[in-house]
Amino acid sequence: MRKKVIFPQIGLPYLLLLPQLAITSVFFFLPAGQAIWFSFLRQDAFGIRTEFVGFENFVELVQDPLYLESLWITLVFSFWVTALAMSVALGLAVLADRHIRGATAYKTLLIWPYAIAPAVAAVLWIFIFHPQVGLLGRFLNGIGVAWDYKLNGTQALITVVVASAWKQVSYNFLFFLAGLQSIPRSVLEAAAIDGASPARRFWTVVFPLLSPTTFFLLVINLTYAFFDTFGVIDALTKGGPAKATTTLIYRAYIDGRVNLDLGSSSAQSVVLMLAVIALTAVQFRFIERKVHY
Amino acid sequence: MHGPVATTKGEAIARAEEAAERADALRQRADWLTHAILILGVALFALPIWIVLMGSTHDVATISRGEVPLLPGPYAIENYVAAWTEGSARTTRVPVSAMMLNSFVMAILIAVGKIAISILSAYAVVFFSFPGRMLAFWAIFITLMLPVEVRIFPTFKVVSDLGMINTYAGLIVPLIASATATLLFRQFFLTIPDELVEAAKIDGAGPMRFFQDVVVPLSVTNMAALFVILFVYGWNQYLWPLLITTTGDVETIVIGIVRMIGSEADTDWHLVMATTVLALLPPVAVVILMQRWFVKGLVETEK
Repeated sequence: MRKKVIFPQIGLPYLLLLPQLAITSVFFFLPAGQAIWFSFLRQDAFGIRTEFVGFENFVELVQDPLYLESLWITLVFSFWVTALAMSVALGLAVLADRHIRGATAYKTLLIWPYAIAPAVAAVLWIFIFHPQVGLLGRFLNGIGVAWDYKLNGTQALITVVVASAWKQVSYNFLFFLAGLQSIPRSVLEAAAIDGASPARRFWTVVFPLLSPTTFFLLVINLTYAFFDTFGVIDALTKGGPAKATTTLIYRAYIDGRVNLDLGSSSAQSVVLMLAVIALTAVQFRFIERKVHY
Repeated sequence: MHGPVATTKGEAIARAEEAAERADALRQRADWLTHAILILGVALFALPIWIVLMGSTHDVATISRGEVPLLPGPYAIENYVAAWTEGSARTTRVPVSAMMLNSFVMAILIAVGKIAISILSAYAVVFFSFPGRMLAFWAIFITLMLPVEVRIFPTFKVVSDLGMINTYAGLIVPLIASATATLLFRQFFLTIPDELVEAAKIDGAGPMRFFQDVVVPLSVTNMAALFVILFVYGWNQYLWPLLITTTGDVETIVIGIVRMIGSEADTDWHLVMATTVLALLPPVAVVILMQRWFVKGLVETEK
């Protein structure tokens, strides 16, 4: 990973590394270390006395039905966001990859939602889903369907899933399109000459060749659904109604920032760190051939 | 004897032509269908934006009644001026211009800061040999696994202990360490031929001279790509500004919109819509204008 020809200076490289390492130490390692340390502590109600409680915070988390419920909600939510965002993107990418006129224009028209903040995407969808000021919400209530995502947990979950997936489609679309364009035309032509129908060509040739892209996007989308959708949930439902959209991140935020529960919030942070480490490890194990350490 | 053969040949050609025509027609129909579905997809994608764009040109009564206008109304100038200069009078009272300025400062400083510190540390790791080099590399690499979302409370505590709540520094500095940018630059530096370094050394150029005259100019495309991605990243931050801004002074526009909604009965929906349009313009413009670099950079950083 190093060049053969290098500069002999010894002091200079430390100086060059200083800004990044300083920021990393103060804002990454210190807080992460503190999270681990605090997760073994408990403060009394007044924040005066702190005692070491071992794994008690973790045991309490695992035994807390509300925590398990938010874990379940996170899984359901992440599954649907990932499934929806990836399948729509794949469909659109397959169509845009056909050699038709205006393919570039479609690409431009589909990539800009990438630039929209999750919280702003949520605000956009308010005007679709809101029971009074939203297009669809109002229509549903007009035809007799009681639609209000602020009251009905399932409807709240549908709303945050759609808003989150909508934003992620363009990202997936870019990668699927790049993946499709790197498939050699000769492979497809060979299959066509052998008489395979377009559908068969897709499932037996294109889809398997796309699997590295698909797998990579799977990890990215799960990470997105776990962590980056905080803004969507905060803007649309604030975790409600009755905690129906409280994901693990949202709960860590409420316990840490609002309830100021030091021990429990830290324990939750540690659990989340483990989740990220697992996701990253899976990702790198898979693409390690492309990464040179 | 020749007759029938010629006829058969002719027939064969005719049949082949017919088949080709049929295939063409089929193909044309398929192309047509492809366009139709893609246009539908694009329209569905754009619908939420269209509604907000049109809604931002109507008065609050129209929107509160739930008419959800799909065509422009007469209040465009009033709404945008009101949002820009005063903000939502009934909820936050922070003018959108102030929030936009905060977002701009944050997004640009995050993008530039990340690029600057990453290119320096990647340069150190690739072009020098010193004790602790691998340790430094891994220390940077491992931050990939610690996004701010998983360090919410402890990072907030560190920033508040440093007295950086409600300051630009608190908003920006904790976000400018970037493993992704460092890895991208490192990957690129490894492709710079050794001969170039050798030639520079023979010419008597020191490491900083080489950095300035060779490495930086060669990295311009990578910097442009990273700038797009990081500008969007900085502009779109939500959780971090939410944690550390408690007053309007350093509030960013993404936070501002959500605060404008407040309790729903009091919401100035028309101003929320105008603000939303203003909030998504800069990052969308950056992505569309710099599309070429952006797509290249995105695909490469994630490799």
